[in-house]
Amino acid sequence: MELCGATRLGYFGRSQFYIALKLVAVAQSGFPLRVESINTVKDLPLPRFVASKNEQESRHAASYSSDSESQGSYSGVIPPPPGRGQVKKGPGSHDAVQPRPSADQQEPASPVVSPQQSPPASPHTWRKHNRHPSGGNSERPLTGPGPFWSPFGDAQSGSSAGDAVWSGHSPPPPQENWVSFADTPPTSTLLTMHPASVQDQTTVRTVASATTANEIRRQSSSCDDPWKITDEQRQYYINQFTTIQPDLNGFIPGSAAKEFFTKSKLPILELSHIWELSDFDKDGALTLDEFCAAFHLVVARKNGYDLPEKLPESLMPKLIDLEDSADVGDQPGEVGYSGSPAEAPPSKSPSMPSLNQTWPELNQSSEDTAIVHPVPIRMTPSKIHMQEMELKRTSSDHTNPTSPLLVKTSDLSEESKINSSVKFPSGNTVADGYSSSDSFPSDPEQIGSNVTRQRSHSGASPDNTAPPPPPPRPQPSHSRSSSLDMNRTFAVTTGQQQAGVVAHPPAVPPRPQPSQAPGPSVHRPVDADGLITHTSTSPQQIPEQPNFADFSQFEVFAASNVTEEQDNEAEKHPDVLPAEKASDPAGSLRVAQTDGKIEEKTAASVPANVSKGTTPLAPPPKPVRRRLKSEDELRPDVDEHTQKTGVLAAVLASQPSIPRSVGKDKKAIQASIRRNKETNTVLARLNSELQQQLKDVLEERISLEVQLEQLRPFSHL
Amino acid sequence: MAVCIAVIAKENYPLYIRSTPTENELKFHYMVHTSLDVVDEKISAMGKALVDQRELYLGLLYPTEDYKVYDYVTNSKVKFVMVVDSSNTALRDNEIRSMFRKLHNSYTDVMCNPFYNPGDRIQSRAFDNMVTSMMIQVC
Repeated sequence: MELCGATRLGYFGRSQFYIALKLVAVAQSGFPLRVESINTVKDLPLPRFVASKNEQESRHAASYSSDSESQGSYSGVIPPPPGRGQVKKGPGSHDAVQPRPSADQQEPASPVVSPQQSPPASPHTWRKHNRHPSGGNSERPLTGPGPFWSPFGDAQSGSSAGDAVWSGHSPPPPQENWVSFADTPPTSTLLTMHPASVQDQTTVRTVASATTANEIRRQSSSCDDPWKITDEQRQYYINQFTTIQPDLNGFIPGSAAKEFFTKSKLPILELSHIWELSDFDKDGALTLDEFCAAFHLVVARKNGYDLPEKLPESLMPKLIDLEDSADVGDQPGEVGYSGSPAEAPPSKSPSMPSLNQTWPELNQSSEDTAIVHPVPIRMTPSKIHMQEMELKRTSSDHTNPTSPLLVKTSDLSEESKINSSVKFPSGNTVADGYSSSDSFPSDPEQIGSNVTRQRSHSGASPDNTAPPPPPPRPQPSHSRSSSLDMNRTFAVTTGQQQAGVVAHPPAVPPRPQPSQAPGPSVHRPVDADGLITHTSTSPQQIPEQPNFADFSQFEVFAASNVTEEQDNEAEKHPDVLPAEKASDPAGSLRVAQTDGKIEEKTAASVPANVSKGTTPLAPPPKPVRRRLKSEDELRPDVDEHTQKTGVLAAVLASQPSIPRSVGKDKKAIQASIRRNKETNTVLARLNSELQQQLKDVLEERISLEVQLEQLRPFSHL
Repeated sequence: MAVCIAVIAKENYPLYIRSTPTENELKFHYMVHTSLDVVDEKISAMGKALVDQRELYLGLLYPTEDYKVYDYVTNSKVKFVMVVDSSNTALRDNEIRSMFRKLHNSYTDVMCNPFYNPGDRIQSRAFDNMVTSMMIQVC
């Protein structure tokens, strides 16, 4: 009975269960009784605990000596049989402990065990009982557990066995338990404890076979988390682990584990299943946690618990460190895991920020580059100029923005590739405008530069870098800066439009505006002509897109009055165009204009032109740049994307004009889109103009040829 | 759409067979044997590149049934044969491949179990579950 009680307690806690099992063995004589009671108890594990206590005590007293009879009494109270397993351990542990000085560890274990089990109380009481009896019956308990354990192999010395079993059992202790079960009728009793099936284990011995163990379903466990590992158990497991693998942080190879667990005499199939459950990381080796889980499962199985289909949470390896998997998930609950090695909370792979913003940026940049305005070099000087300017702008933008653009683009792309792309378009458009404007004094170089810049921007927004520095470029990034000085800047815009708009090649006519002007300036000149139309449009568009803003600035510079607000290019174009047209030197004019515009823009565009203010053409560039910078500053703020902003910032730094705030995202995208559109229109105009020019030229040629022929005959003649 | 899945060992004896429609057991076995021949042919023909998702699409093996047999051979000459009923919208190649990949992974897990002796029938519950889920899903 005592044993029963003990076993009951064991139910509660695994270790106790085991102890109980042992006790059962010990009290084989009393088992039958206990079993019965246990059976009954099983039904009500919880209440049993309470009762079990009493029972246990009585049991202990009786069992140890010959209490089997009393078992019946326990029935009512018997703590949930499940505790049996634990009980066994408990008792076993107790026994072991008591008889030995190692009682301490047992007790703690059992008490711990019990708590885990549903009726934690009983285990405690049980333990006490065990103790008591152990005191008196120390031999018995020892022997009891002894038989359990000893069979496993080590010295089976009754008393010592128990202890030895407990601590000195190298062989898997659980096996001992199991063995004991099998060997000793106690097991059967334990089994009986299992409310489920054990009820009939009259003959403990017979039950001893593992089957009984299996049958013993610990009810208690059902109440509590049956899979919790008590401290006691855990300690035991750890000890066993160390016998196989001294390093607690190391692994137990599969083969060694196999041997170890084979000793438990469980069917290979079950062991295989246990392995599958416990080898969480499927690496063929067991870590301490995994080993404990496996051991625990074996013990449970031995005690009659069915193996779960899925690893219980409480058994999940806590060492997440290794795997970082959700093993940890369960740790929290585990009480018994007190001993579990630091369970590294499932440090799941640090959520990779998965920022590949860079990628997007790159992508964008590529786009930008691709977009780089074709910079349609106009035949007309003005146009050429414009183109140049644009190119320059774009180039400047490229240069500046390129990196930033590219970066931005990437950033943008990350965040919103669209932005960058938009920028380009806008920028491109702007750029086109610029190119068309030609008016930009931007030298061809500028154009080229602009173009290049645009190209670079292209990443961000396919700036039409073509001819005039793609005003659009500024858009992508410009949105930031451009907004501020979009107007002004062509030069600025370039800088601003970094994001989308290639910093209008500061080279832009205004050149003076180194960073931004080029872009914008280029745009402007180029755009001037073509941009005029564009500008008108672009400006409108620009405002929408911060990127455009940059362009607009360019234009502004060029035209020195483009609506700054409008997309950089747009603005720039208009400005540029008008300016350029007005003065071919466009560059210079533009510069002036841009300056004025820039200023204007800065004032106006600051808010609007996000990025574009980049190219404050030459003189304007400076002011524009400032604006751009401010814009940039704004942009970065706007740009939430730190990455981009960072990039942009960098870019901006390089291109004061193109503040392309990578983060412009939508705004930038829109701006860039607008800019691109504008640029497109500008380019289209340029194209048409060029075609006309071509026609004219052809006509002239024809006429000349005719004249020649006419003359020839004369000559001949 | 009965999906039958079998794992054939290197020596061409089955390690695991599971099929949904019970009556297909025999038919499936027969088909598997047939497919093994084809597989062997391919293996010998391919030479080195045999692993990887070798897919053996036998097409319409049996007119009425209209099912297809897919094969997947591993480096260790373990073959996974899967029979799919065509009535079920033909699974795309990718799906089949992913299924084989899962099969392969599960098989690897089974192998990792020290209690499993290579050559034994696969009795792993986890493996069974996985296969069942696949069959159900495929169906």
